[in-house]
Amino acid sequence: MIVAKLMPQAEMVHWWFATGFLTLGLLLVAETVVGRETWARRPWRRYLWPGLMFFIGVSLWPVMTFYTNSTIHMIAHGSWAQVLMIAGGAELGLARGKLHSPYWRLCTTVAMLVSGAALLAHEQQPWLFARAAFLHHALGWTIVAGSVFPLLQAFRPRSIVAAAGFAATVIAVSVMLYSDRDVAPVFGHLSPYAGVQHR
Amino acid sequence: MSADLAHDLQTKTTDRAEPLSLRARVVLALGPAAALGGILWALVQPWRLTLLHPHGEGLWWLISQPPLYVVAVGLLFRLLLAPGIVEDLRESGA
Repeated sequence: MIVAKLMPQAEMVHWWFATGFLTLGLLLVAETVVGRETWARRPWRRYLWPGLMFFIGVSLWPVMTFYTNSTIHMIAHGSWAQVLMIAGGAELGLARGKLHSPYWRLCTTVAMLVSGAALLAHEQQPWLFARAAFLHHALGWTIVAGSVFPLLQAFRPRSIVAAAGFAATVIAVSVMLYSDRDVAPVFGHLSPYAGVQHR
Repeated sequence: MSADLAHDLQTKTTDRAEPLSLRARVVLALGPAAALGGILWALVQPWRLTLLHPHGEGLWWLISQPPLYVVAVGLLFRLLLAPGIVEDLRESGA
């Protein structure tokens, strides 16, 4: 009980992850705008967004530990942690030059497909049940659809459309995570079973 | 004025006058654009800034200021990353 009172609310954790994804999105947009060669002129800059992606994956483990209240929630959050770490690790390997094949970018595609599927699978309520339910559906489908961009990058590493699409997907995820509230209506709908509305 | 000083001054003036490329302008605008988004959000939903009315709020609510997070990300990007990226853009001639 004391631990529950000390812990931040779930919506706050979503906002922190939103901040991470917004940072990730800005880095991806900047890299897309200036091109990979210019971006890599300072070696440390190459590791920025892959490292951040890996860090977001690592940060999902405590979320899985402290915030999941059912098996399916725990599996969903654990799978996000794993696939984000794998994708971040693969991108770090590519940035370092340890990995050479552009097909390693397929790890990001798989990460997005698994993340999107997990979001859709673990939300058992309909779209308009509450804002959280709506966002789970919207996030899930956005991420599943957005997985086409890293897939495209694996086969066309220099595609600006693919890079811009990936960056836009990450920013969209950030906006949706910022919109999350523990119990709030969506488009005027809030199921009476959702609980008492928060601030 | 000595010729060396005058030459340096002219070089600096030329450097300053060199127009920024569109890419550089976009990179420099990314952070302020994000920060502006955060400011607009704070104006539209001021109750999201718990610090504005801190009555009976717990610690987590007092440090959870999502519009300020957005502003902070934009400012940090503009101050810490954008200048170096623009400098590299200039050096690469892109």
